[in-house]
Amino acid sequence: MTGAGFSALWSHWRRNPLQLFTLVAGLALATALWSGVQAINAEARASYDAAAQTLGEGRFDHLLPRAGETVGQDRYVALRRSGWQVSPVLEGRVFLPDNSSVRVLGIDPLTTPGGLSPVRMEAVGGLAGFLTEASLFADAETAARVDGHLEGQVVVDPSAAPGVVITDIGTAQALLGQSGRISRMIVAELQPIGLPPLDRIAPDLIRRPAQEVSDVGRLTDSFHLNLTAFGFLSFAVGIFIVHGAIGLAFEQRRGMVRTLRALGMPLGRLVWLMVAELFVLALLAGALGVVLGYLIAGFLLPDVAATLRGLYGADVAGSVRLRPSWWASGFAIALIGTGVAAAGALWQIARMPLLASARPRAWVMARGQGAWRLGALAGLLLLAALGFALWGSGLAAGFALLACLLTGAALALPLILRAVLRLAEGRARSAVWQWFWADTRQQLPSLTLALMALLLAIAANVGVSTMVSSFRLTFVGFLDQRLAPELFITADTPEQAAALEGFLASRAREVLPVNSVETQVAGLPTELFGARVGLTYRENWQFLAQGPDPWDRVGAGQAVIINEQLARRAALWVGDRIAVGPDLSLPIAGIVADYGNPIGQAVVAEAVFARLFPDQAATRFGLRSDDPAALRRALIDDFGLPEGNIVDQAQIKAFSLEVFDRTFTVTAALNVLTLAVAGFAILMSLLTLAALRVPQLAPAWALGLTRAALGRLELRRAVSLAVLTTVLALPLGLALAWVLLAVVNVEAFGWELPMYLFPLDYARLALFALLAAVLAALWPAIRLARTPPGDLLKVFANER
Amino acid sequence: MNVRVLIFCLLWPLQAAAQGFAGLGSAAEGFAVPQPDPVFDFPADHGAHPDYRIEWWYLTANLEGPDGTAYGIQWTLFRSALLPETLQGWGDPQIWFAHAAVTTPQAHHVAERVARGGIGQAGVEPAPFRAWIDDWQMAGPNFDRLRVTASGPEFRYALDLQAEGPLVFHGEGGFSVKSAEGQASYYYSQPFFSVEGVLSLPKGDVPVTGQGWLDREWSSQPLSDTQSGWDWFSLSFDGGAKLMGFQLRQTDGTTYSAATWIGADGQTTSFPDGAFRARALEQTEVAGRTVPTRWQVELPDKGVDVTVSALNRAAWMDVSLPYWEGPVSVAGSHAGRGYLEMTGYE
Repeated sequence: MTGAGFSALWSHWRRNPLQLFTLVAGLALATALWSGVQAINAEARASYDAAAQTLGEGRFDHLLPRAGETVGQDRYVALRRSGWQVSPVLEGRVFLPDNSSVRVLGIDPLTTPGGLSPVRMEAVGGLAGFLTEASLFADAETAARVDGHLEGQVVVDPSAAPGVVITDIGTAQALLGQSGRISRMIVAELQPIGLPPLDRIAPDLIRRPAQEVSDVGRLTDSFHLNLTAFGFLSFAVGIFIVHGAIGLAFEQRRGMVRTLRALGMPLGRLVWLMVAELFVLALLAGALGVVLGYLIAGFLLPDVAATLRGLYGADVAGSVRLRPSWWASGFAIALIGTGVAAAGALWQIARMPLLASARPRAWVMARGQGAWRLGALAGLLLLAALGFALWGSGLAAGFALLACLLTGAALALPLILRAVLRLAEGRARSAVWQWFWADTRQQLPSLTLALMALLLAIAANVGVSTMVSSFRLTFVGFLDQRLAPELFITADTPEQAAALEGFLASRAREVLPVNSVETQVAGLPTELFGARVGLTYRENWQFLAQGPDPWDRVGAGQAVIINEQLARRAALWVGDRIAVGPDLSLPIAGIVADYGNPIGQAVVAEAVFARLFPDQAATRFGLRSDDPAALRRALIDDFGLPEGNIVDQAQIKAFSLEVFDRTFTVTAALNVLTLAVAGFAILMSLLTLAALRVPQLAPAWALGLTRAALGRLELRRAVSLAVLTTVLALPLGLALAWVLLAVVNVEAFGWELPMYLFPLDYARLALFALLAAVLAALWPAIRLARTPPGDLLKVFANER
Repeated sequence: MNVRVLIFCLLWPLQAAAQGFAGLGSAAEGFAVPQPDPVFDFPADHGAHPDYRIEWWYLTANLEGPDGTAYGIQWTLFRSALLPETLQGWGDPQIWFAHAAVTTPQAHHVAERVARGGIGQAGVEPAPFRAWIDDWQMAGPNFDRLRVTASGPEFRYALDLQAEGPLVFHGEGGFSVKSAEGQASYYYSQPFFSVEGVLSLPKGDVPVTGQGWLDREWSSQPLSDTQSGWDWFSLSFDGGAKLMGFQLRQTDGTTYSAATWIGADGQTTSFPDGAFRARALEQTEVAGRTVPTRWQVELPDKGVDVTVSALNRAAWMDVSLPYWEGPVSVAGSHAGRGYLEMTGYE
């Protein structure tokens, strides 16, 4: 009985291969997008973990220089000689001839706290080899990049973090041209008793607790959040397709169900058979989806990796590894998705009276009846979204807002479309158009799911691309602001710095000392800057909020400018007073955006800074010049500054922007994919409808509309529905972008991104959406136009 | 790989684990090798000899608190050269590591330090004498007056040492043979330190006094391939005489022994292989290994037949390359105190 039942169920798919294809392909696509994004995220996380493990980040406290990038290693020796169990680390970037870079990480394996396992030293004959031969450890990809370009023996070590070359600190000092310098120290957990305080031994160092060290994770979380949101929305779109396919298939099998039950098959077993059937299909589609996802991830990951490296300095492997975690999550999501999509249909089958009539068309019609109930639900959800937006706080509320907004909007879509179509019908002047609009409205229920998918896809695209583009604009502005000086130079000693200032007085348009200390402002860890207020600051810095003449007041030592992070954390805004020193508090004159910085920042006048920290002389300078190349030559040839001490700002900026543009490759690729999924949904809905609709089209044909005209009308119908949906999706997408930028971002990362609008992008997107709809409608329309007249005539012959 | 394994690798650069303890394998490529009839040059020879592979400054002391409680301390600085040279900066192939311990009847506190030469973190200067690694230090105007400090997560100590006798040379005038094949080291001691200072322990500070014994030894290949560890005794008898004796355990079950009898006046008598005998009387399970903690020690030529018992049987040095080292009491033909070191117990 079971076998017979199963083959009966299966025969449906045999007779309707297109439906089977819709089901499997929809599910596979949904799973692919989801697991592709998961694969990218998993790869990135693994890379961060590898990096963090190398450096002991998140596990050990670190000592960092209060000012500048490095300290002399005499600080390390002084700390060790006073009992501090610390281990030195020197890190920096080395550029390779192809203009890519690797991070060189120099460690002292003798003092790294227990359990740190940077590399497998057996490869070079143990510790002796590591210490006495310049051996460079890197993963295969990085090793291949640096081989022959860096001095030393390159050893492949798969456990090395991507893009990182690990070597002995002495070798690193030579590679980075930082002889006698270290970047930071790792503090061992176990320290001897009677340790003297840090500020007595090394007052120029600051201790950063373990949990605060790993900034990379926090920064990149924002990026991954976007990707995950994208993946999830794509999945939701896919599930709409699956839901439609399953619903239709079950409806069409009502007759079979009735027959099977009449023949004596228990309802319970029948339902279980259907569950088993779906389970098998879901597994199949899940496997397909995971493989597709793997391909998607492999295609996107190099760009994601480049983006992350450029934006945050986080190194991520450029190739995907098969990780069990996302295999499993891909299958799980496929099964859950199928379950969600099929639950309603199964429930209906289970409730169906034995002798209920099995009219497939009734299913389609019945869906319209619940419209008002759905409308009420949509209203409630949108109200809830409004409530979350007005009164919610916290990240959870942000996500709840997103969920309510998107679901509510999707559920409201059929109502709105119906209203619009009714309006159009009322205004139609000819009978054909009246029929066209009425027929469109009548078809709406069966197209609803596909249109909802389209709505969500377009909204997601508008939302995410608005966010990314806004981020880019803001970030570029931020780069302009912070990297205004044409050259950055570093002096080796305060004496050299003073000499440099003299040398530059007549040669540079402006000399801007970059002088900062890590200190506490308003009780929060903050980087305090002493600025030489001049044209550069006045022209380039843009404020999120400002009082009158901010730079004049800062320049006069009467005010301070702080970054948004500090303002939000200290709950202070323009006009409030903030304590910048033990007995100095100044009013806040302006608040600036400061992207990608985890800690607070405050800017005071150079003179105020010098009063607060008299021993802290600037050794880094930003230089404004009309001819930076000449100035650079003069610094090298006439002053004798080593070339490595000069950084060309244009290089940094070009590099950052190039990287950012890679982000667009990722976004654009995901845009295309989600739109493709939505287009597929429309195609499948129209195709399944086409066969069912012949009886409704036959009278129109009999009344004199040619088949070609009918085909054109079908196409027009698809286009007008797509246009309506697109128009509705735009505001939804903008609302989504607003939630992401102004709510989720602030809650998650502590800074708000201003929202910019990109009408051209939206127009292009709308065009794509229409194109997808037209392409999806084309085939069914052509098929309709070619329906043999006999088929249409049969409608009347068979009419009972 | 943790520090422990790193040091293990450091100390076993070329050889399998079965071949000797603490990097004392027999190969000595490029390194200087001890030669018979040494002529020492002091104070220079109190300093480091980077041409030799391994060297140590090894202080042990038997101490007593105001209430008569017995304590033991150890302060050891090792130098292990990867190459027979010394350089400025991180490229220096001289690796330094150190062990410090305080033993009480109930507790045994241990700490370890590792450093590279060339950057000032560790080193030894002969005059004025200064041996240091991190904050641990053994220093003074000369080798006779030293102040020794060390600290760990559970203890710290500061002790003043005053030599009350001459330096003592083991073997043939400081040339100490370690195997029948002729492996040898340079080896001299200052066993006559009087010690005074303070131990800072978890229960508080304890003022202590007692006697210290400082060993100096350097070589490039002191162990034979067939030797797996040693049992080393430094005993101070109540009459003022002292005995240094060791046996090197060989893989075939036999031992190679040597001893130096040190009269109260510092006069020494060296004894060849076989004169000094040590027999384990009682084993203790410590840190998962079976280690003898009570010994019968005999030097018939001097009428010595004593039982040597550990003050604290759990005096396991849980460092990168672990071993047992702790204070002992002596009873039998002679009474006294001393230190026992046992290596190579797996």
